Parts: sequence; structure tokens; C-alpha cells
Amino acid sequence: MTLTSTRPAAAPTTPEPRRRRRRGSERGRAWRALLYVVLSIGAIVTCSPLLWTLVSAFKPTGQILRSESFWPDPVTLDNFRFLIENPEFPRYFLNSVVVSTSIVVANLLLASAVGYALAKLRFPGRRAVFVAVLLTFMIPAMVLFVPRFVTIAQLGLANTYAGMILPFVVTPISVFIMRQFISQLPDELLEAARIDGAGEIRIFARVFLPLCGPALATVGILTFVTSWNALLWNLVVAQRTDMYTLPVALTVMSQNEGMTNYGALLAGSLVTFAPIVVLFLFFQRYFVSGIATTGIK
Amino acid sequence: MLRPTFGRRPSEGGGRGPRGAGGRREEAVAGWLLALPFVVVFLVFSLWPMLWSLFMSFTDMTNRDLRSPFNVEFIGFDNFVTVLSSGQFLRGIVNTLVIVVVGVPATIVLGLLLAVALNNGIQRAKPLFRTIYYVPVVTTVVAIAVVWKFLFADQGVFNAVLATVGVDGRPWLTDTFWALPTIILLIVWRSFGFIMVLFLAGLQAIPQDLYDAARVDGASAPRRLFSITVPLLMPTILLAMVLQTVSFLEIFEEPFVTTQGGPLNSTATMSMLVYEFFGFGAYGEAAAASYVLFAIIGLLSLVQFRVLRSRT
Repeated sequence: MTLTSTRPAAAPTTPEPRRRRRRGSERGRAWRALLYVVLSIGAIVTCSPLLWTLVSAFKPTGQILRSESFWPDPVTLDNFRFLIENPEFPRYFLNSVVVSTSIVVANLLLASAVGYALAKLRFPGRRAVFVAVLLTFMIPAMVLFVPRFVTIAQLGLANTYAGMILPFVVTPISVFIMRQFISQLPDELLEAARIDGAGEIRIFARVFLPLCGPALATVGILTFVTSWNALLWNLVVAQRTDMYTLPVALTVMSQNEGMTNYGALLAGSLVTFAPIVVLFLFFQRYFVSGIATTGIK
Repeated sequence: MLRPTFGRRPSEGGGRGPRGAGGRREEAVAGWLLALPFVVVFLVFSLWPMLWSLFMSFTDMTNRDLRSPFNVEFIGFDNFVTVLSSGQFLRGIVNTLVIVVVGVPATIVLGLLLAVALNNGIQRAKPLFRTIYYVPVVTTVVAIAVVWKFLFADQGVFNAVLATVGVDGRPWLTDTFWALPTIILLIVWRSFGFIMVLFLAGLQAIPQDLYDAARVDGASAPRRLFSITVPLLMPTILLAMVLQTVSFLEIFEEPFVTTQGGPLNSTATMSMLVYEFFGFGAYGEAAAASYVLFAIIGLLSLVQFRVLRSRT
């Protein structure tokens, strides 16, 4: 609490004469300067865990705890070298990439399909499908994972990519975003294409899908971030070490009391979150537009 | 796509366009084809497991029964009794409620103050600050939980910072009192940016005229906050409350990675205990525990929706 709560609390409690309305720009400027200072301190505190990791991953292990200085001295790549030379770690990275990109591609295809059907087509049972979307929204992951694992195990998919990917190939959030976006596209497109004699699937693939760029970008980025960061399901399905994703591997490594190579652990954390942070910095408007349409991370 | 043959069905109400009823049928077929993958995934990986789980919660199913899942005994409510009488699970409920009761207001106050600050008079730097404050939301929780262990270790950076201002540190994550607050700090850290963005969107809907008028009348900044912003933002605040409560009730990764629920269960949450039952192979008990968790989440969201509806 201590660090974070002090910062914005300062904002509204700034002394301000209540009755006297001395509107001079002088006070406005002082007020703004104070706001900048408080927000900047807050920003530094907020980013400090990430910055500390970035710097410490280049320190020798012995300097990470109880270190004399913030900066690494000497700068070392040993931690990263340890990870790369460890035969398992590149495999974890590969697993994360395979699982996340498969989930993204599947969601782009399948969520746009069902989103389009819900937004533009009339078919018996459409309401039921939409209710199913809402239901999946509401069931907590914590409630589902036990029986889901039993299902996966019975299908013989424990310890496989398929087992890690299949439950998430079309997530309710993706469907929701696609449906919202496609319902805003004009119905006239559909009618015109029908009059031209185009088949229904063709209308979806050739007329509507090309217009869905922004929504597809949002879906792609949200599903990538979610699956890259996911722990629980992969922890359950990947019981053999060669199937671990990065978060699973980090969890297991950090819970292992015998693991004293702190440098490698921090380098592993950095390698795990850095791609996501970079992705965010480049494509942030899609992250925010996801919130705008669904109200959900 | 196969074109349905014309004239097989009587046209309903004259039909429209050149294809009439045939087109309508083609539309229905296409609708189902496009929705099919979702429906299959829903049935296999959501609906079926939920029903299966309900069944499991009344049986003595364990990991040894995976091969012959119907070869289990019905044991009535025994699993629920075991779960609800387990001191560990009750401790988990208490800890989870502490996380909600402390974490939700902290996140919302922090998010609200930041949104208001960013929305007032610093137009140029607003996108920059919004970006920085949002970074924790996207950052991999597990990776940061690992980092948290170092930051708040006995010899960690946080204690070093405290030492420079003359405060005695402590081993935050291994102290039975301080471990939970340290984890709540992590939870708030990775959540407030989301709430801030939600509020920034909500603030755009409040007309600027109201603030101008209030300023002319001599209302101070805190007065404007509490008399204009907060009341008009109430729907968003309540939405944020519901979203955060549901997500905090499920908290798993943060305590699981940093403390594994320790020391002495002082940071164990409901979700962690579901996982623990599962890890021991006691699937029946895990299913029962997950339904208890579901019931608590459902109940609390229902209460909040009621409040939400009566207030707006």
C-alpha cells in the first residue's frame, strides 16, 4: 500500500482557497506543475518493478539481492546465456509461441464466423447460440478447469498442444467483439451481394471479412496477450516439462527451493513479459478499444 | 456452398429478391455452418464439463478413475461437507474476502483519482501517462509475481529503500501478517490501470459545461469531484466494482507464485484450494470446492447487480 497510495491522494487535498476566486493563471500553472510532479512520481513507482527487472537481469546473480548500486556492475549476459544453453528453456519459449499463435489464428477465423452469423444472419437457434456466448462469459475459469481437464484427459489430449489450444479456439470475448463490430456494418452490403447472386459463405468471406480489420486486430491482440500470460490451464494440461509454456516454467522454477540462480529467474521473467510490453507500446489503441467494446480486459 | 434446389419448399410469404425462400434456407444453413465451431467448443469444453463437474461433486472420483469415469460411488453431499468443514478452505474464503474488501476500493479510488487527474488540464501528456499506467495490466502476472518475490524479500530492494529513510524492513512475504497485504499490493498494481481507462472513457460522457458552471459558482476542486464527477460516474464506478469483485474472487496466480498460500495459509485463496484438491487427485472434492466458489461469485455478483440497478 505505502508506495502507491500516497501519490494521487496528494492531488485533491491541495490547499485551495474556497471562497476567494482568485482566478490568476499563476495558480493554474502551479496546480498543473504539482499535478505533473505527482503523476511523474506515480509513473516511476508504477514502472519500477519492470525497470528493476530489466536492469537486474544483466547483473551477476550475487548482486541481485542486497546490491550496492541500482546499475549492474559489471554488465553480464550470463543469465541469458544460462537460459539459452539450458536445453529446456528455448523449448518453453517455442511452446508459448505455438500455443498463443494457434489460439490467435483460430480466434480470428472462428470468432469472426460466429460473430457474423450472430450479427447478420437469421437462423433457428440464433438466440440460443448468443445465450451460450454469454454463459461462457460468466463461468469462471476456476470453476471449469477441473472437469475440463477430465474431458481433455479422456480425449487423450493431456500433455499435447491440442489440449492446451482447443478450449480457447473461439473465446466468448472474441465472439462478442466481432459481433458488435459486424452489426454496425450496413445490411445493404448483404442485400446487394445477394442480389448479385453471391453464396452466403462467400458474402461473409469476401464482403464482410475484409471490412473487419480493426475488430480483427483487437481480437488478435487480446487473445495473444491472454494466452501468452495464461498460467492455470497450461499448468494443468502440461505435466511433462517439455510441454511447459513460459509462465508454467517460471512458476515451477520459482517454487523450487533449490533454484538459487536468481539471475536466470529474472532473465526468464524479462523474456516472458518483454514481448507483451513491446506489443502493447506499438498497438495500444487496440488494447483500449477492446475495453471500450466489452468492458473487459 | 450448395445451392438449394428451387421449388422444393413452398415459398413463404412471396419471398424477396430472386431467390425467395431458397435464399432464406441457404441463410439458415450458412448461419449454422458459421456458428458450428463455436457451438461444438461450447458443448465439449464448457457445457459438458460444467454438468460433468456437478456429477463429479457428488461422487468419490479421483485421478485413478480417469479411465473408467462411471465406475465411481455416489457419496451424496460428503464432498461439500469435507470442503466446507476444512479449516484451510474457510481460511481461503476469509483471505479472498479480505482481498476483495481491501483491493476493490483501493483499485477504484486509485483508478478514479488518476483518471480525473489525467482528464484535467494536462491534455498533452495524457496519452503518455495513460500508457505508462496501463503497462502493468498487460504485463504477464506470473513474471511479475516472480519479481515481487525479489522486491519484497528480506534483503530485497523494498527493504533497502525503507532503510534509507530509517524504517526497519521485514521479510514481507514470509510474515504471517504482512504477506497478504504485500500480495494485495501486487493485485492493485496490476489492476488500477484497467479501472483508470474505464473511468477515462466514462468521464468523456460528462459535459464540460457542468464544470464551467460550478467553477463560476466558486466550487473548489474537491467539491467538483464529489458533487459532479462521482455522482455522474456512478454507473461506471458500479460496473468497475462488479468486474473487479468477480476477478478478485478468483485470484490465483499472485499468491500461488509468490507464497504458494503460505506462510501457514495466511495467503491461501479459494481458487488455490480448488487447485490443491485437484493436485491431490481428489477430483470430487475439487469439483465441490469449485461449485462453492461459483456459488459465492454468483451470489456476490447478484447482490452487486441489485445494488447497481437500484442506484442507477
